[in-house]
Amino acid sequence: MRRFLRPGHDPVRERLKRDLFQFNKTVEHGFPHQPSALGYSPFLRLMAIGTRSGAIKLYGAPGVEFMGLHEENNTVMQIHFIPDQCQLVTLLDDNSLHLWSLKQHGGASELLEEHRFTLKGPPGSPPSATQVTAVLPHSSREVLYLGTESGNIFVVELPSFRVLEDRTITPEAVLQRIPEDNCNRRSCELVEALREHPKNPDQILIGYSRGLIVLWDLQNNKATHHFLGSQQLENLYWQRDGSKFISCHYDGSYTQWPVSSDNRHPEPLENTVPYGPFPCKAISKIYWQTTKNGLPYIIFQGGMPRASYGDRHSISVIHGSQQTAFDFTSRVIDFFIIFSSDPAAEFDDPSALVVLAEEELVVIDLKSAGWPAVHPPYLASLHCSAITCSHHVSNIPLKLWERIISAGSKQNIHYSSMPWPIDGGTNIAPDPPQRDLLLTGHEDGTVRFWDASGVCLHLLYKLSTVRVFLTDADPNDNMNTLGEDEWPPLRKVGTFDPYSDDPRLGIQKIYLCKYSGYLAVAGTAGQVLVMELNDEDAEHVVDHAEADLLQDQEGYRWKGHEKLKTRDGPVRFEAGFQPFVLVQCQPPAVVTSLALHSEWKLVAFGTSHGFGLFDHQQKRLVFVKCTLHPSDQLALEGPLSRVKSLKKSLRQSFRRIRRSRVSSRKRRGGSGNASEVQEANAKFDQDALQEMELAPVQRKIEARSAEDSFTGFVRTLYFADTFLRDSSRHCPSLWAGTNGGTVYAFCLRVPPAERRMDEPVRAEQAKEIQLMHRAPVVGILVLDGRSTPLPEPLEVAHDLSKSPDMQGSHQLLVVSEEQFKVFTLPKVSSKLKLKLTALEGCRVRKVTVANFGSCKTDDYSENDLAVLTNLGDIQIISLPFLKLQIRYPCIRKEDVSGIASCVFTKYGQGFYLISPSEFERFSLSTKWLVEPRCIVDMPEVTSNNHVHNKSGTENAARKS
Amino acid sequence: MNRAQRGAAGSRGLGTMEVKSKFGAEFRRFSLERSKPGKFEEFYGLLQHVHKIPNVDVLVGYTDIHGDLLPINNDDNYHKAVSTANPLLRIFIQRKEDADYSAFGTDTMTRKKNVLSNVLRPDNHKKKPHIVISMPQDFRPVSSIIDVDILPETHRRVRLYKYGTDKPLGFYIRDGSSVRVTPHGLEKVPGIFISRLVPGGLAQSTGLLAVNDEVLEVNGIEVSGKSLDQVTDMMIANSRNLIITVRPANQRNNVVRNSRTSGSSGQSTESSLPSSNPNILGNLLQGEEESDEEDIIIEDSGEPQQIPKAAPTSESIESLSQIELLHESTQNGFLPSSEMNLNHSAGSISMEYEVPEPGRKSLEEDGTIITL
Repeated sequence: MRRFLRPGHDPVRERLKRDLFQFNKTVEHGFPHQPSALGYSPFLRLMAIGTRSGAIKLYGAPGVEFMGLHEENNTVMQIHFIPDQCQLVTLLDDNSLHLWSLKQHGGASELLEEHRFTLKGPPGSPPSATQVTAVLPHSSREVLYLGTESGNIFVVELPSFRVLEDRTITPEAVLQRIPEDNCNRRSCELVEALREHPKNPDQILIGYSRGLIVLWDLQNNKATHHFLGSQQLENLYWQRDGSKFISCHYDGSYTQWPVSSDNRHPEPLENTVPYGPFPCKAISKIYWQTTKNGLPYIIFQGGMPRASYGDRHSISVIHGSQQTAFDFTSRVIDFFIIFSSDPAAEFDDPSALVVLAEEELVVIDLKSAGWPAVHPPYLASLHCSAITCSHHVSNIPLKLWERIISAGSKQNIHYSSMPWPIDGGTNIAPDPPQRDLLLTGHEDGTVRFWDASGVCLHLLYKLSTVRVFLTDADPNDNMNTLGEDEWPPLRKVGTFDPYSDDPRLGIQKIYLCKYSGYLAVAGTAGQVLVMELNDEDAEHVVDHAEADLLQDQEGYRWKGHEKLKTRDGPVRFEAGFQPFVLVQCQPPAVVTSLALHSEWKLVAFGTSHGFGLFDHQQKRLVFVKCTLHPSDQLALEGPLSRVKSLKKSLRQSFRRIRRSRVSSRKRRGGSGNASEVQEANAKFDQDALQEMELAPVQRKIEARSAEDSFTGFVRTLYFADTFLRDSSRHCPSLWAGTNGGTVYAFCLRVPPAERRMDEPVRAEQAKEIQLMHRAPVVGILVLDGRSTPLPEPLEVAHDLSKSPDMQGSHQLLVVSEEQFKVFTLPKVSSKLKLKLTALEGCRVRKVTVANFGSCKTDDYSENDLAVLTNLGDIQIISLPFLKLQIRYPCIRKEDVSGIASCVFTKYGQGFYLISPSEFERFSLSTKWLVEPRCIVDMPEVTSNNHVHNKSGTENAARKS
Repeated sequence: MNRAQRGAAGSRGLGTMEVKSKFGAEFRRFSLERSKPGKFEEFYGLLQHVHKIPNVDVLVGYTDIHGDLLPINNDDNYHKAVSTANPLLRIFIQRKEDADYSAFGTDTMTRKKNVLSNVLRPDNHKKKPHIVISMPQDFRPVSSIIDVDILPETHRRVRLYKYGTDKPLGFYIRDGSSVRVTPHGLEKVPGIFISRLVPGGLAQSTGLLAVNDEVLEVNGIEVSGKSLDQVTDMMIANSRNLIITVRPANQRNNVVRNSRTSGSSGQSTESSLPSSNPNILGNLLQGEEESDEEDIIIEDSGEPQQIPKAAPTSESIESLSQIELLHESTQNGFLPSSEMNLNHSAGSISMEYEVPEPGRKSLEEDGTIITL
């Protein structure tokens, strides 16, 4: 320990450390938390998403992604790409404008903020005078038109953001030639929409909130046409040829207007309320897309009958007699249509509808019959049901990989076969070094298998454990598919469904053997399922066993939830992982640890009451061990502990509130009711502060004792083939560590393969170690004679690992929350320790062995411990000497859910949740680094570039 | 907590108590009326009688529930011994003339170890001279002020001994700020303070710690720059042998030293930052290391033992002093000695959990889900 305090500066080791370790946060997987704006560049074929916390993310072809963060951390309100440029402008809710550019640097593109700008009015003018409500990047790429709340339209030069004051379009100028009865200063308040004429860049359409629409001639600086709408305006859209435009309104109607040179004050061609006649919600955005066959696509957001369907988040597509209202489970932020961007093309011919909802991205194929959804290769909604646990498996054998993909493809038949339509940029990152799986367990009893090899976290396969059980919710009881009225023609889309039928179904622990395809999952109600991968559908009975973990404990009454009811008789399972045995823990407490040994065909599981071992070959319970401390019962029952736990829970909930407020770096506010939320937050802050000042936070200093609650809680289980009894014979063993600092070791006798079905597996307790500091045991590991961690089951059989050294003496590493201790085996004597908490005041939350390769030489690699502490730091600790190598701050210590969700991989990478829907990926290794590396080239611009036929940001030339 | 206690509760009769008395190599067993133990003189006579040593002056001792060897020499401690004995009273008798006083008192094991380490390291002997004033072994230290010679007078380093007893350490800490003199003048710096002492707790009973004392170090590690939670964790991690350096809020009771060179360790530093001196820190940690409690292993034979240190490597000489700890298992009362085990023929691991107490209420649990 003293050596640790005065770290020796061995220059060779220091150099080696530089070659081995390096900390990077590389990519954020999943769906952005609280998206607030959407933009699309048909020219670059890139999509941009802004969030309430000021992040901006660009996505193109799979693997092409960029991220930027506004310093202000304010909500991104609007995103506009500059036509035919690798640039975009963002508008934040603090009224600032930001110009971002994609620049090439070192062979890859980077997203950089170039300029920022806030519109300033004349001195003394109210803030609304310059509050930007509409942004139009002109196709000349030289100026930006900014519509404001005051009705003024300011013109700023790009990229300098210099205001061209002489070109400002004032309401006074607009009103000059308006008929008297509409000539009212108020009709020009608040610019709702600005649209450039698709064919004539010198004309822009200005829509004011109160319904007045004006076609403005930029050359002559005067209004050429006036369109007098009677309804409050929501949005405008030009038809492709510029002969008509369409406006949509607050009352759920849309109107077509003709534009011709002879009529300066045209009447509307058509005024429709698609979901009338009863009052409807506003149509906030509309597209009118022409097709060869003449029937247009009319696509709009909202417009539902206010009384019956006002709460739906819908986007309707009307094409001739076909009409569907896509019904989203979360609020629609924005949407766009991908259509022919070739300026020479006569028709729009829309191909896809891209919708950004608050919790997911949905893309609809408009070309295929029935308008099926397209399976997104990224932006997966990790949280379609809340994530309850995760498990990472590195280096999946190709065979298993293909089988999982094939099982998954059978689940995805309802998706469109259309290639991903947002395909800008080129992914130039090297192929991922290996196939990695990330398994997430969810509250609704599903396990999702993600391809975590590369930058795009892609769903491969979804496993549901629900079929094994009888739940209250009838599968047919789906309100949205059956029993729905014919009109409006709603169709539910997307996968986000945060409502769990039964919280007991929640998955708590997952263990996958990548060699055998055996999978064990364990859940909230003490259920442990062992599954096998089957390439075909099958119908079979799931064997059922109970494990009474209390054994001879009497007088104990479980007041928690009941176990799940199982389905009798054979159950039909689709191809994929199919359960063949269910072990039910009694009492049905949440399973807190799980281990599977596929070679011995054993599964071990633990709860807060004890642990058990199950032979899934013979389907027989081998033994159970109750870890409940007799005095723990008193502690649980006693009034003192009640007080204590109440206090504890109060403190925890207080922390939780604090955490949720500052949750996951940089996020805050709301868009619509942002100020309200902020106000509430500020008030809360104040209250909380006051509260803290009144009662200063204090902490009790007390030694842990055997009486503390939950000492029997099984935290970790580990299988090892090692020397437990004497140094001449090694045998299979099971190790368990509890919350009270106890380690149990059981000697196992597994019959040889040929008699595996005939003789029972036997187990006998061989050792029990009580750590005197009584901190929870979070990891157990056996090191072989070469101080290398024992390989995983079947690893040696598959020639993927050297066989462990069974000649030299083995060592046992016990990691508690407070200390790392190495003991000798088979005679347990303490050899080394690192008292982390006593030295640094931090506690171990997660620990894994990781293999680190040198970036300089291929032939050097070493095993170290990757440790995450309660302070959110990551430490690397050497094996077997337990020397701290390096420390990186990674997660904020207040981000308890982030720390709890962290998983390490076997090769020095890791994931943790930065929001319910996003994993941050980080790397500790110099060698294994998965990060986006991509390039966005300026597509060649067609020669008739300046003969524009575009409107707004939507149209751009692309030669392809 | 204590195995013997639990084991006895259900099985023992109420009236009589078993006594097992050892003199030299001989054991005697007899029973006593628990309700009417009588006077110490009578008991003394009884012992002399059963061991057939009528005219030998002896010292009588017993092991208390913590495994400490405590003397019986008057009615009070005799009654105490009888009332706490559970299930049996273990008596040790020594001839007065060859009595080993150091065997008495607390932490028998630690003392033996020290004797041993004194032999191994003569320099250690100087630091901890064994002075018998009267019978200090009748008491056991619960706290001490240490390193008085090397600390500035305004600081106090207090060691709290926690014997695995039920007595809580009994104090709370909080965040606060203190004013320091810095090169830039007076500055307010954040600090950690004692916020509350639990009445009857160890901390309060020492009289060495008080509310608003600023905590400067925990077991030699400075706390500045650490959060309240970190310091809490550090203290709990060290709770069995907690050494905290404080700046007392009340500076009037400080030890006034005239000669600083009189310190027994010969350190005469003027340093105001005690831990800036690596030697001091080293001593401190070394002390901690020695008294660090060892984990316990129960092999399949069922004999709980303390886990020995593995054969020392060249780098850790200090561990030499700890090799001999194998069969000493009475340090904190967690486990009774091996003799005790023999009485309970089970002597196995299952013993911990097997005896349900008759009067125990049924246990309820609400099944709160804890996700880790």
